[in-house]
Amino acid sequence: MIRYRRRTFALELAMIAAALFVAFPLYVLVNLAVRPSSDSSSPIRPTSSPTLDNFTQAWQQGSLGGALANSVLVTVCSVVVVLAISSLAAYPLARVTARWSRGTYLLVLLGLLLPFQLASLPLYQTLRDLGLLGTPWALVLFYSGLQVPFTVFLYVGFLRALPRDFEDAALIDGCTPLQAFRRVVLPMLKPITVTALVLNTVTVWNDFFTPLLYLSGSAQQTMPVAIAGFVGQYVTDWNLIFAALVISILPVLIVYFLLQRSIINGFAGGLKG
Amino acid sequence: MTLAPHDRLADRGRAPVPAPVTRVRRARNAPPWWFVLPALLLFAFVVLVPSVRGVYYAFTDWDGLNPDFSFVGLDNFSAMLSDADARQAVWHTLLIAVAITIVQNAVGLVLALGVNSAIKSRNLLRVFLFAPAVVTPIVTAYLWRNLLGPDGAVNSLLGAVGLDGWEQDWLGDPDLALWTVVGVVVWQYAGYSMVIFLAGLQSVPKEIHESAEMDGAGPVRRFWSVTRPLLAPALTINLMLSIIGGIKLFDQVYALTGGGPGHATDTISTLIYKDAFTLGEFGYSIALAVVLTIIVAVASTGQYLLLSRNEKAAS
Repeated sequence: MIRYRRRTFALELAMIAAALFVAFPLYVLVNLAVRPSSDSSSPIRPTSSPTLDNFTQAWQQGSLGGALANSVLVTVCSVVVVLAISSLAAYPLARVTARWSRGTYLLVLLGLLLPFQLASLPLYQTLRDLGLLGTPWALVLFYSGLQVPFTVFLYVGFLRALPRDFEDAALIDGCTPLQAFRRVVLPMLKPITVTALVLNTVTVWNDFFTPLLYLSGSAQQTMPVAIAGFVGQYVTDWNLIFAALVISILPVLIVYFLLQRSIINGFAGGLKG
Repeated sequence: MTLAPHDRLADRGRAPVPAPVTRVRRARNAPPWWFVLPALLLFAFVVLVPSVRGVYYAFTDWDGLNPDFSFVGLDNFSAMLSDADARQAVWHTLLIAVAITIVQNAVGLVLALGVNSAIKSRNLLRVFLFAPAVVTPIVTAYLWRNLLGPDGAVNSLLGAVGLDGWEQDWLGDPDLALWTVVGVVVWQYAGYSMVIFLAGLQSVPKEIHESAEMDGAGPVRRFWSVTRPLLAPALTINLMLSIIGGIKLFDQVYALTGGGPGHATDTISTLIYKDAFTLGEFGYSIALAVVLTIIVAVASTGQYLLLSRNEKAAS
């Protein structure tokens, strides 16, 4: 066994110092967000008269409530769709060895190499013609397709390592392939589904470039775009801006600390496939 | 879908080739091809078709609105060669990608080794060090823009500990701004690299370490001869993620410097955005996206080939 020695204690101190370095910006963030704008002392000094005024003001003036609702809507819809269609597609791609199956899988994997900047400008035109530009549905449609390659890749890798005995038994007992998928395969996919859920949720929630393109000029915003607009509007009023940043970070950090084990395992585990 | 060959033979009245029953059933009940349709259609609509059209537009003078545009051959690409901003952006993109890859993985590995030791706070530290990786990049970048300003918290902190001489205009100095951007990205994602290295480290069996220790191997020797070869898969994944993430970097540059001062931090991604949406040069912008695609493809396949060979050699 590894014992706790003096050297271990020195390491412990060094690691805590590293964690403090990581946490330092967050301390300043909160410190400035609760500070009245009249207070112009050094940003690292603890605020003497903390106030929540900045938060109410930022919430009202930045229409952050609407942006939060849009972010939730877009993320939930996109992730549900992409998990459903990708797990279904991965089933034959992992099990069938015919040429169409291998060819389709390679085509989908090609998507991992294409940066979305290439597709996003021509798609801009298509979405405009469809009248979807400036609506959250443009984003749901985009992410549902964009995240297919990565999600299918995760599911296929996982499925190939699973024994097929259970599905075979279900099929012999008279299940249709769709029933076998829903009742037998899908429940076994739970670990990789958690991983895919975590990674897709973080990607979609945090994306800035796509809503910047497809929602610009409309009243509909997601959280990252609303924050960018807010910063552009209140250029130097950093106390107000920091309150807005705290409002946007808070839901993410609450979910993270509640589900930290699954989230970290999701990030670490999905990449073994 | 094809039927198993022995079924067809049986129909022609020849002796059926004996085969296990399960194989027949498997072929008949294999998941049907239409399971891939919904995913394939959406993927084609959102990624494949627009990408192909994008490659076509790169050879035109399309402005994004006007349906009349003409084929201009390689003009966009030759314009890129004589465009100092574009050449610089390509250089910055490569520089950022390489710097992020090296620093983020070095820091991530050190943190992973620290968290994988016998220290008491290891579980808490792991959660804290990873936290920045889930926070929206555009938000952390705006936070850092303030912290790194001339009167910001970073300079205040340096002044408070007596390092006044180290105070800098971190984002306003054209020679420094690019490295500051790299630093912010590393701050955010070192914990991500750490988590992946940690998964690799935890797959190293303790017994191997113990027996190496009994054989008299010191900590450095144990790391080099025991841990390092077994970390190869985690390293492959980490290098891949950081290099591709670095090549595509947009949010942090947009929020921290907007590509400035001047063009000192413009990357291919920020130039694509500016050319399309502030200058209306869609054709040129997409030509830049094609260059970005080629760089991503070359970097990832090259790295994959190189590292999978090393992985084989290490195991």
